[in-house]
Amino acid sequence: MSSSTLTPSTPPTEQDRPSAPAPRIVPRRRPGQWAAAVVLLVLLALAIRSVLRNRAFQWDVVAHYFTSTAVLRGLGLTLWLTAVVMALGFALGALLAAMRLSGNPVLRAVSWGYVWLFRSVPILVQLLFWFNIGALYPQILGVRTVNLLGPVTVAVVGLTLHEAAYAAEVVRGGILSVDRGQIEAAQALGLGRWRRSRRIVAPQAMRAIVPPAGNMLIGTLKGTSIVSVIAVQDLLYSAQLVYHRTYQVIPLLMVATLWYVAVTSVLGVGQHYVERHFARGSERR
Amino acid sequence: MSADLGEHGTTAEGGAPSEGNAAGAVRAVRDAADPAPGQAGPPLPDGATAREHRTPAGGAPAMVDVRSVHKSFGAHEVLRGIDLRVRAGEVAVVLGPSGSGKSTLLRTINHLEKVDSGRISVDGALVGYRRCGDRLYELREREILKQRTRIGFVFQNFHLFPHLTVLDNIVEAPVSALKRPRRQAVAAAERLLARVGLADRAASYPRQLSGGQQQRVAIARALALEPKLLLFDEPTSALDPELVGEVLDVIKDLAHQGTTMIVVTHEIGFAREVADTVVFMDDGRIVEQGSPAEVLDRPRHDRTRAFLSKVL
Repeated sequence: MSSSTLTPSTPPTEQDRPSAPAPRIVPRRRPGQWAAAVVLLVLLALAIRSVLRNRAFQWDVVAHYFTSTAVLRGLGLTLWLTAVVMALGFALGALLAAMRLSGNPVLRAVSWGYVWLFRSVPILVQLLFWFNIGALYPQILGVRTVNLLGPVTVAVVGLTLHEAAYAAEVVRGGILSVDRGQIEAAQALGLGRWRRSRRIVAPQAMRAIVPPAGNMLIGTLKGTSIVSVIAVQDLLYSAQLVYHRTYQVIPLLMVATLWYVAVTSVLGVGQHYVERHFARGSERR
Repeated sequence: MSADLGEHGTTAEGGAPSEGNAAGAVRAVRDAADPAPGQAGPPLPDGATAREHRTPAGGAPAMVDVRSVHKSFGAHEVLRGIDLRVRAGEVAVVLGPSGSGKSTLLRTINHLEKVDSGRISVDGALVGYRRCGDRLYELREREILKQRTRIGFVFQNFHLFPHLTVLDNIVEAPVSALKRPRRQAVAAAERLLARVGLADRAASYPRQLSGGQQQRVAIARALALEPKLLLFDEPTSALDPELVGEVLDVIKDLAHQGTTMIVVTHEIGFAREVADTVVFMDDGRIVEQGSPAEVLDRPRHDRTRAFLSKVL
């Protein structure tokens, strides 16, 4: 009785015949998506038009100063400062991460304390503090502190110490992301501690380190603009020096902005290649 | 070594006098002394001390000698007095339910896991410690690493290095731990890859291989150090059923060539075919051990019977 309903009793319909072409699949229409896209593009076009037509931007002034010696020198200092702070910050950060992951409770506590302190204090406060360190220690090793620590040195020290606290966490996260079994396998093969870190753990940790490190690199590039408060002539401060003289505030801010955008774009491309390098072996093909 | 193996194999199958077999096989020497219930095992006429001085039947010295090893993780005692001996050229298969301490035992043998008490020797050398009077001092890491190069370990989840090619996975340890010239290590690695049937995958990355192929690479990687002892920790448990055979074939091949090995596995058929000795563990103890015929077909202990009835 019920079994008869389970067996196909009716003859195959037109569509079921093998000779008939398979029915074509038609995706669902999405009119809302189209409407949203059109509205957004119109708004964007209006915004771009207003920027290009607003004479107050003074694009001729922007073009004039874009490659001026003062601005390029400022750009050079910004790039140099970014590179030095990233390199020293990550070197110190890697050391702090290693301390935090060590078996020694004193090293662990010191590393934790460092990260806690330097992440807690605003970078502006830290910079002003190092700038005025002479008030605490008028002399260091017999040299007047003011002579020893010029504005650029203070900028490097202040930014590096701050950077290291964040870099430590990024590196630690990367190391923790490596499967414990990888280290055991390396131990079982008799690889020494240094070899394990450098050859097995570090390359795999890099996959987790590069994206946040890229974030930090771009953050640092723009963050160096804060050193204008201690009169270091970076990109932003160089632009400011010009507009203090000429009162062309907006065009010169545009000069600095365009340079920051340009460099950030280049760094983004670079990050793509670095990530691809460390992703080798991760694809199944 | 292979002659010795054959001789032993015949004894096991023929069900020869248990005494000779017992002496030749891995044996829980403390069984008789241990008062714990369910620790019966085959009754030994002589005490543990007497057995320690006995030379195994084939005349081969013990490659692995585990004596009253205890190990706890927190409050949980994982190993409760393990005694085990494996002769050179012998294949010992360790069976037992999950959580019985099989893997932990295997990991203590190359000091990936430290023991709480007891001692382990491989090829006559204490693993992980140096004896000085009545104390065992833990060795420096460098010395432990050197010991490990003589003990190959194959993991359940392979643990190949995913960022290195198959060839570099195999070459890494001989070059960095044994300081072999790279050219020589590469030649050896290529021979090993051919031996496990993967000569054409040297340039692949591990993730491009099937699980069975990855485990065969892992075996080749362990063999690259020319170890005196191979430890397998459930080498086929992470594999799809149709890939188990290719890995077991490689291990069987090694067994036939007289490699000393301890294999923790759930593959009863493999144990029956390859093992010289089957060791059954439960709850941190060795419940019984003997030839495959003894343990698998005529288990003496209820727990062994209960386990076998579930897995067979």
